[in-house]
Amino acid sequence: MLLISCPWCGPRDETEFRYGGAAHVAYPADPAALSDAEWARYLFIRDNPKGPFAERWSHAAGCRRWFNAVRDTVTYEVLAVYRPGEPRPVLP
Amino acid sequence: MAETSTRRSPLAGHADRLAAATLRSAGALRIEEQPFRTHLDLRLDPSGPGAGAFAGVVGVALPVEPGTTAAGTGVEALWLGPDEWLLVGPPGTDGELAARVHAAVGDEPVSVVDVSAQHATLLLAGPRARDVLAHGCSIDLHPRVFGAGHCAQTMLARAPVVLVADGPDAIRVIVRSSFARYLADWLLDAATEHIAAGA
Repeated sequence: MLLISCPWCGPRDETEFRYGGAAHVAYPADPAALSDAEWARYLFIRDNPKGPFAERWSHAAGCRRWFNAVRDTVTYEVLAVYRPGEPRPVLP
Repeated sequence: MAETSTRRSPLAGHADRLAAATLRSAGALRIEEQPFRTHLDLRLDPSGPGAGAFAGVVGVALPVEPGTTAAGTGVEALWLGPDEWLLVGPPGTDGELAARVHAAVGDEPVSVVDVSAQHATLLLAGPRARDVLAHGCSIDLHPRVFGAGHCAQTMLARAPVVLVADGPDAIRVIVRSSFARYLADWLLDAATEHIAAGA
């Protein structure tokens, strides 16, 4: 089980959280202007990196707030957590 | 509510078993229900004028440090989120407390929801209280970390709860009414090792 640090509540079990997919996927400025292919790319196409990956998580059983986490997809280590609106931290 | 209706706690049927467990634990544990406490869920901008005026009008300051509580006169505020608190008061004070909150906040956007009927409160006290909770709760409950003045929303025996530390040996468990009987059964089972058999 992962130990994830909520930016507010501190370290909690993975079972208290919900996964929200890739972080920092910007909503299109003018969705009506997109072609079907561009819209599909926005909806469905995500990075699938081997290594650090920025994701959204929700502390569903705690403060019920969304936040972002950088998780290493190889080791499952949570490298950083940060609140919504904050920039992705630069990792060493 | 009609005058003829009688309010009944979801844990009313557990009172005898909780009292018997308390008695047979010979001082190790005290488990009891605190029925019908007033619980208001409050959503408010912590940086707004309403939060600033809150302490003077409502009688309790809103804690901004995650996982902390603040005690006031006849009301207690538990931190639930960056802009969410649970106000706890004695039974029957919900209308008066909500009126005080609205008086403090004025025209500012606010959400005050009476969730008293959705919650049941169990008090777990005694030197073994934290050991019993540790059977089904993964957060650190040591008094050094989770002492008086701290609260936490977490899972206890797979049920979502709010834990409130009232002192080194006393923790309140706030649970949904629909989970209350399950959780009381679970607590009695988890406390078995501290309860003398027979009698």
